[in-house]
Amino acid sequence: MTLTERLREKISRAFYNHGLLCASYPIPIILFTGLCILACCYPLLKLPLPGTGPVEFTTPVKDYLPPPVDFDRKQGVTTEQPEWYVGAPVAYIQQIFVKSSVSPWHKNLLAVDVFRSPLSRAFQLVEEIQNHMLRDSSGTRALEEVCLQVTDLLPSLKKLRNVLPEHGCLLLSPGNFWQNDRERFHADPDIIATIHQHEPKTLQTSATLKDLLFGVPGKYSGVSLYTRKRMVSYTITLVFQRYHAKFLGSLRARLMLLYPSPNCSLRAENLVHVHFKEEIGIAELIPLVTTYIILFAYIYFSTRKIDMVKSKWGLALAAVVTVLSSLLMSVGLCTLFGLTPTLNGGEIFPYLVVVIGLENVLVLTKSVVSTPVDLEVKLRIAQGLSSESWSIMKNMATELGIVLIGYFTLVPAIQEFCLFAVVGLVSDFFLQMLFFTTVLSIDIRRMELADLNKRLPPEACVPPAKPVGWAARHERHLAVRPSMPHTITLQPSSFRNLRLPKRLRVVYFLARTRLAQRLIMAGTVVWISILVYTDPAGLRTYLAAQVTEQSPLGEEGLAPMPVPSNVLPASHPDPAFSIFPPDNPKPAENQTSPGEPPGPMGPAENIHDSPVPEVTWGPEDEELWRKLSFRHWPTLFSYYNITLAKRYISLLPVIPVTLRLNPREALEGRHPQDGRSAWPPLRPGPAHSGLWEPNPKGAGGAQTHGDVTLYKVALLGLAAGIVLVLLLLCLYRVLCPRNYGQLGGPGRRKRGELPCDDYGYAPPETEIVPLVLRGHLMDIECLASDGMLLVSCCLAGHVCVWDAQTGDCLTRIPRPGRQRQDSGVGSVFEAQESWERLSDGGMGLEESGDSPLLQHRPRGPLPPSLFGDQPDLTCLIDTNFSAQPRLQPSEPAKPEPRHRVGCGRAQDSPGYDFSLLVQRVYQEERLAPLHSPAVRPPSPGSVLLPAPEEGGSPSEKGSPSLAWAPSADGSIWSLELQGNLIVVGRSSGRLEVWDAIEGVLRCSSEEGSSGITALVFLDKRIVAARLNGSLDFFSLETHTALSPLQFRGTPGRSSATTSPVYSSNDAVICRMTHTVPCAHQKPITALKAAAGRLVTGSQDHTLRVFRLEDSCCLFTLQGHSGAITTVYIDQTMVLASGGQDGAICLWDVLTGSRVSHMFAHRGDVTSLTCTTSCVISSGLDDLISIWDRSTGIKLYSIQQDLGCGASLGVISDNLLVTGGQGCVSFWDINYGDLLQTVYLGKNSEAQPARQILVLDNAAIVCNFGSELSLVYVPSVLEKLD
Amino acid sequence: MVEGKTESPVPKKCGPYISSVTSRSVNLMIRGVVLFLIGVFLALVLNLLQIQRNVTLFPPDVIASIFSSAWWVPPCCGTASAVIGLLYPCIDRHLGEPHKFKREWSSVMRCVAVFVGINHASAKVDFDNNIQLSLTLAALSIGLWWTFDRSRSGFGLGVGIAFLATLVTQLLVYNGVYQYTSPDFLYVRSWLPCIFFAGGITMGNIGRQLALYECKVIAEKSHQE
Repeated sequence: MTLTERLREKISRAFYNHGLLCASYPIPIILFTGLCILACCYPLLKLPLPGTGPVEFTTPVKDYLPPPVDFDRKQGVTTEQPEWYVGAPVAYIQQIFVKSSVSPWHKNLLAVDVFRSPLSRAFQLVEEIQNHMLRDSSGTRALEEVCLQVTDLLPSLKKLRNVLPEHGCLLLSPGNFWQNDRERFHADPDIIATIHQHEPKTLQTSATLKDLLFGVPGKYSGVSLYTRKRMVSYTITLVFQRYHAKFLGSLRARLMLLYPSPNCSLRAENLVHVHFKEEIGIAELIPLVTTYIILFAYIYFSTRKIDMVKSKWGLALAAVVTVLSSLLMSVGLCTLFGLTPTLNGGEIFPYLVVVIGLENVLVLTKSVVSTPVDLEVKLRIAQGLSSESWSIMKNMATELGIVLIGYFTLVPAIQEFCLFAVVGLVSDFFLQMLFFTTVLSIDIRRMELADLNKRLPPEACVPPAKPVGWAARHERHLAVRPSMPHTITLQPSSFRNLRLPKRLRVVYFLARTRLAQRLIMAGTVVWISILVYTDPAGLRTYLAAQVTEQSPLGEEGLAPMPVPSNVLPASHPDPAFSIFPPDNPKPAENQTSPGEPPGPMGPAENIHDSPVPEVTWGPEDEELWRKLSFRHWPTLFSYYNITLAKRYISLLPVIPVTLRLNPREALEGRHPQDGRSAWPPLRPGPAHSGLWEPNPKGAGGAQTHGDVTLYKVALLGLAAGIVLVLLLLCLYRVLCPRNYGQLGGPGRRKRGELPCDDYGYAPPETEIVPLVLRGHLMDIECLASDGMLLVSCCLAGHVCVWDAQTGDCLTRIPRPGRQRQDSGVGSVFEAQESWERLSDGGMGLEESGDSPLLQHRPRGPLPPSLFGDQPDLTCLIDTNFSAQPRLQPSEPAKPEPRHRVGCGRAQDSPGYDFSLLVQRVYQEERLAPLHSPAVRPPSPGSVLLPAPEEGGSPSEKGSPSLAWAPSADGSIWSLELQGNLIVVGRSSGRLEVWDAIEGVLRCSSEEGSSGITALVFLDKRIVAARLNGSLDFFSLETHTALSPLQFRGTPGRSSATTSPVYSSNDAVICRMTHTVPCAHQKPITALKAAAGRLVTGSQDHTLRVFRLEDSCCLFTLQGHSGAITTVYIDQTMVLASGGQDGAICLWDVLTGSRVSHMFAHRGDVTSLTCTTSCVISSGLDDLISIWDRSTGIKLYSIQQDLGCGASLGVISDNLLVTGGQGCVSFWDINYGDLLQTVYLGKNSEAQPARQILVLDNAAIVCNFGSELSLVYVPSVLEKLD
Repeated sequence: MVEGKTESPVPKKCGPYISSVTSRSVNLMIRGVVLFLIGVFLALVLNLLQIQRNVTLFPPDVIASIFSSAWWVPPCCGTASAVIGLLYPCIDRHLGEPHKFKREWSSVMRCVAVFVGINHASAKVDFDNNIQLSLTLAALSIGLWWTFDRSRSGFGLGVGIAFLATLVTQLLVYNGVYQYTSPDFLYVRSWLPCIFFAGGITMGNIGRQLALYECKVIAEKSHQE
């Protein structure tokens, strides 16, 4: 034993034990795993929340220096510094916050006066700032040297060229609206219009031009006609390239000296650095979305392969959870051990998922599922695990190897990725072993429980049951009613899972899952949450406020502190203040003391009692920029093609400026048009409340302009939403007309209702009406065909021979009990007799159950013309097989149904014509065989019979059950047809050879006494398998040479045939050549022969292969864990077998080895057939599964109607036909597409097609109760597009 | 008897639908179109990925730049991918060794994702020098082949495609039709062959998976005849 083998065994054993453990204690293990996941994910809480919102960091102004650029930041103690706080910021922003008011207010003043003159002061201020020079020992320094010099605006912003500065300092003030030209401002008649000319019409979250220039949110600016507070505030924004403390200090001191703010409590201590995350533009979004789409496709295609489990979705979810949580664990663990993720999580996530993969999970599932079902769950899990253990370990080692190679590329990003991947792989393995295996065991256990609950009774399994006496009789007569023994709960055909053309699948998938609606809903939720999170007044700001409150530099110390105006702010840090610019001529003149009444006011009305609007400076003014949109600064810089992504800016403490204007100044600044404007001078209200009276025109005077917009938008949005919903509703109706709410209804599919699949796709339905072969009295149980002829045998023991081309009934072989082999007439009478008995039984049931048929009861006297029916039929049948080979030449399919009348059936009766039967009963009783010429009876509904006689007739008949009692010869259990010979195997063990054309017994053999369960008739050999497990080989010998029988079919066709056809005058002798007395321990259930081999399958779980010539047993094949139910062998020596254990085995007949073993069905495999590339199996679970023949992989499965599970036939290598409730469906084997559905019979109560037999001319015969239907396939497929 | 019957003049089992699906030329065309579309899409997305490296925060005309720079690049990529995707199964058939390794759509999706990832890495990850970048990408491409293909013919074809495509690109650049923003090796990017190789493997994988459908049909048809 080599090392690998030993290793392999050890691994396998370990996995086995592990599987046992997992399946034994599922709940504790899952809990343990959950705890592990949570523990590993705990470090993730420390990571910042994802989002595009900016992040802030505050440093004191004192001793501020731009952070160094170097990277050796790590050994520093500054752990509080965020990572981005490296290097100089993009810019320093100095806001000069101007608050101004006209006071005292005068009643003659207009609304425009509130802001006109305050705004005009902006020009003065800007001038002052621009001319500011710092003179110190190192020389002079002008603004141009320190400010941020901007170049051109972006070419797309041509219309803003006049407003925003270009080629110079970036200095923004409201004056920019008028190109910083005071004259222009004074000439402007309508300030508001000028300000709002660039405002976008819609609601917009990003910064507008007005916001940019005013530097305060529009609400706070006060430049509006309807403000309550007559105070105007704006900022002058100055952007510096470098931090020059002295210059800034001198500017601050100068301005505060010029325009003192008396009660200013701003401390101006802190510098706030704002770091902006990367904005996701469309260029980045598209590849990102693509990778995610690929990821989802991958997950979809992977989880689609999960099969044979209780809850597919549950397991798929578990698989995805496994991968995701392993990734989270990996990130968490990496964070725990000190690695800080630098990669963009959203970008690398799909790749990580793909690298880790779902393969192992799927392999695990498949392996567990394919263990034998009859084992205990524990053992199944353990076996499944251990059988895949080696490959799982190998895969994992390979992946780890590949990833480790990636680690040695020495590229930091790739190394980080590989680190995540390695840890992810390991944690994924851990989760697979503990979490997924346990979930799988729970699922498998649930499936077993469900199986136990809905296990079908075993009778329902064997396709056509062996003679079951009364039960069969019931079945036949109840066939008109929906309730049949094993169709109690009808499964509508709409639950077929099939595969459609892709385009339709997409459409129906959309319609079925209502994907569009859900996407819109999800999108709305996400959008709203994003809005809530990133809105300036939203969650993010709230969070930020929380954070700042917690910080020691928070606002709790910011009590309003009166500061004398002419004294420096106590906290001013700037030492440069002492070197006050000496060249300033103004300070003395403009200095106004705080308490001083505002100068010599012009009009005497200044004593008016309207209160002076207080210009106060609160702590909220210090950080007014927080109220701006968080895109304010990025927008501003983006105009000059400067990106703030992944960079930061520093905001300097604001410089407060207070402007007090007296009314005279306000009046001076007035524009001539202002007086004539629409706004009349304000009349103070009678109450003199001092409040700003609402303007007569402003209906909602209290509301600000923005609020109105908001409401408007909300209203519009609501309306649009309603319209959208209505539109979707209409679309939904159009796309998906199916009614989802209605479930099943009466549980029965009506005729007009198409079978459709999950997607609502209904394949084309044909107009073809099949050829219905009627003549059997009871359910047909055996069918055999050689292409030319068709032999059927019903429960009553009658054998009918049909021409497979035309559907003519050629011969009828009656029950052997009362054989009248003289002529066909006799058999017809025989048929009549049994018909009577049958109708007796039928009547009894009808009276109890079927009320609609009661109205057919004859009431009146019998019209004599009715008696003509009988002799007509007799001669019809008489001539049918003796004189003329075919009554009518084969004709093309007519649109109306062609009912080939079998022996003794009225030609015009479309369905079960019970009244006709009643007439015959009547007729028999009278013993009046009036051979009048053939006259058709009138329509059955009008036929009337005397009631008393009719009522008495059933009881007077001789023992009606006689027909069902097993005769001495036994019932027919098996049937084979070749050439013109029918071989019949009976339950009594008797083997009979009949002539198919003439209906005579050619020879018989009574060698064995055990019932013949299966027959093979090949060339001249007959092999009979018996109930006791023995196998008899017969050979047929004729005394004269074989000659093709000219009787059959067209001459051309029969000349082409090679099979022996025995002429009627030859003597045929059936001689037993070999016998294998004890081929099997238990009854032989399946028997097939091909390519010189004979295969038997038995209830003793084994198969045996015999050579056909000498009956030598070549192999005994063991591998099933249940009785063999079906066997398939073809010329290519491929042998397939299915058993009661639900497994399918493929064998090599040459070597006797098992090629593959598939766990196929829950319940017995009922039938099995192969094409060149596929194995098609059907099971007791009413599923038809199609398997790839070479790999044993399941391609897809088709859900059948209940009770039709075994009915399938292969027409060609790519055409499959299956039976349903009153219909047959054609499938494309390769694609699994439902091609067409053909309804058989036009009566609405459809019976399930229980057997399908494919003839050579591509017609199929299905077994519908007592009828046979012939369908020609080419005509079916021609109608396809 | 059975064999004798099949030659009867009755039209055979195949209706027009089946025959249209099984018709080889139609199938070939469908596959070609699908591959072409995939190629165009991938070219657009990957081009965007490369552009992204140089864009500013607010690129005003990203969409325009996709189409403006060289409109003929995506169609060329599409055509090339169609050819490659059809060539791979064809060569498989001629060599007589059908590709059996991991023939599933999930595996194909994985392959595409890894391919996009390689492109992503080449566009986004900062490498010290170009040799390192090229070596890494080469290793990744070989890994892609090993993980998803593992056939000698696939490798050979991939190398051939990479060589040819690089040659063509080189010619185009020499003639001034096309230009790279930052060439580092003979006027082109040195990682180009690796990307071409990985792309060839990926498209071949897709093409083979698409051809799986056709293979079945053809095999059955030939069996019938």
